[in-house]
Amino acid sequence: MEFGPHLVLATLEGAVTAAVLALTAVGLSLVFGVMRVVNVAHGEFFMLGAVLAWWVTSLIGGPPALGFAAALVVAPLLVGLLAAAADMTVLKRIDYDPERTIVATIGLLYILQQVTLMTYGADARPVEPPFNTRLAIPWVTFAEGRPQLIWPWGLGTTSYKLAVIGAAAAVLAGVWLVMTRSRIGLLMRATQLDRDMALAFGIPVERIYALVFGLGAALAALAAVLIVPISQAHYLMGGDPLLLSFIVVIIGGLGSLPGTLVAAILIGLSDGIISVFFSPTLAKILATLLVALVLVFRPQGLFGLRAA
Amino acid sequence: MLRLEGIGAGYGAAQVLRDLTLKVRPGEILCLAGRNGAGKTTTMKAIMGLVPLSAGRITLDGVAISELPAHRVPKAGIGYVPQGRRLFGELTVAQNLEIGLMARGSPLAVLDAALDLFPRLRERMGQRAQTLSGGEQQMLAMARALCLDPAVLLLDEPTEGLQPTMIEAIRAAIRETRARGAAILLVEQRIDAVLSLADRIALIENGRVLDTLEAEALRRDHRRLERHLGV
Ligand SMILES: Nc1ncnc2c1ncn2[C@@H]1O[C@H](COP(=O)(O)OP(=O)(O)O)[C@@H](O)[C@H]1O
Ligand SMILES: [Mg+2]
Repeated sequence: MEFGPHLVLATLEGAVTAAVLALTAVGLSLVFGVMRVVNVAHGEFFMLGAVLAWWVTSLIGGPPALGFAAALVVAPLLVGLLAAAADMTVLKRIDYDPERTIVATIGLLYILQQVTLMTYGADARPVEPPFNTRLAIPWVTFAEGRPQLIWPWGLGTTSYKLAVIGAAAAVLAGVWLVMTRSRIGLLMRATQLDRDMALAFGIPVERIYALVFGLGAALAALAAVLIVPISQAHYLMGGDPLLLSFIVVIIGGLGSLPGTLVAAILIGLSDGIISVFFSPTLAKILATLLVALVLVFRPQGLFGLRAA
Repeated sequence: MLRLEGIGAGYGAAQVLRDLTLKVRPGEILCLAGRNGAGKTTTMKAIMGLVPLSAGRITLDGVAISELPAHRVPKAGIGYVPQGRRLFGELTVAQNLEIGLMARGSPLAVLDAALDLFPRLRERMGQRAQTLSGGEQQMLAMARALCLDPAVLLLDEPTEGLQPTMIEAIRAAIRETRARGAAILLVEQRIDAVLSLADRIALIENGRVLDTLEAEALRRDHRRLERHLGV
């Protein structure tokens, strides 16, 4: 394949990565922004989403679309409830102390991982996509000075991959609307801006925290349900999304949703493109290098506000 | 009536308030006067449940609000204008006021009454709070607290750093709120403000109330107040 079609292909792969990454990272960013909690277990909520998707689809059987639709609802819901319970039983008890929450969520990471290993096992299991039509993509070449439409072999995508991008965009738009337009979003933002003043104006901060922690985890789980038909469910799959989400959240500016979104697109696309043309390892190395540069030259992130 | 009965409070191991007792009646302004670090702001935080009590209790009309979780205290009818205003800076004026209204589910008429005191805010509704001038921010902080239609209003240095015309507007609003029957606990450092607003004055030092004086007596002889504030 020539360079042009190859780049289109890489960009499409990158867009799928970016979409899933944006969902996952927005969950992490929301939790950090509102609660000031660095959730090291975020990747395990992602993993649980994928594992639950496998579990729901194999339990229901029938046509793939039916099981998948159920998984889209059930997996994020269960993961969100589990996270809210972890918030109320663990994080609240240690009073959201920054250092102790890191240790506590590391503990949560291992518990979730090992319990999954003991119950679900060490196999990677596939989930069938609800639909998966192959779509060829045309390319324009110039033969004897005249444009000509061709269909290069191997240049194409699937309807499912496009649907992942669309679904992620729709969910992110929904999160944005909730945060900026709804009453509950207003309460979350007030809590984020000044916890004590939120309390002094009657906002039940503890309930907001449980809700935000649950919502953050549910977004990671939803991202995993979307990607699992492409990448399979495995008990160790939480590592990469955690690392990439941290990279995105740091580059975008801690707690800034627009920044997180832009950084996710940047990192996702470049990860896809560099992985296709060079290697996935190089993509991770460059992303990590970018984080180091951001931390040195713009520690508040591209979109973060400088600490007062 | 708001009563603080022998309260102790502090930050971690540091005890700030020691056996502090005072009461504020409906329709009066009680002024807390004392030097920097005396514990005035901590007293207000203790009333709001934002610092834990180590001793004593706080009641409002006989209800022990010191036993409530912090987010229930405003619902009992206490509006708080903290030192330094502490608005939700990235939110708009309207959103700051909406949070005040939601605190107790106040009807819109309460918002109207609050805005009647500060008509300038009506022209600023869509603006972010952090873009207002200092005086307007203070007006918003007060309007936000008045949105609770509070039985008790806590005001912590509400005219700190403001221009004279603004100070007059804030003072007029404080008097108006007293006339509506609220009990007002006011922290003030300026002697002229204390003398022009207060009905009674509690002198506070090292986390204790040394003495409570009638404003009339102080107006005749304010050397005691000057000595206490160290001016
Ligand atoms: N968040 C805090 N943590 C620890 N100590 C504090 C804190 N806030 C105030 N203090 C201390 O408590 C004492 C009383 O402070 P404060 O109530 O703010 O005084 P005032 O409002 O009368 O100037 C001071 O010695 C101050 O240093
Ligand atoms: Mg003070």
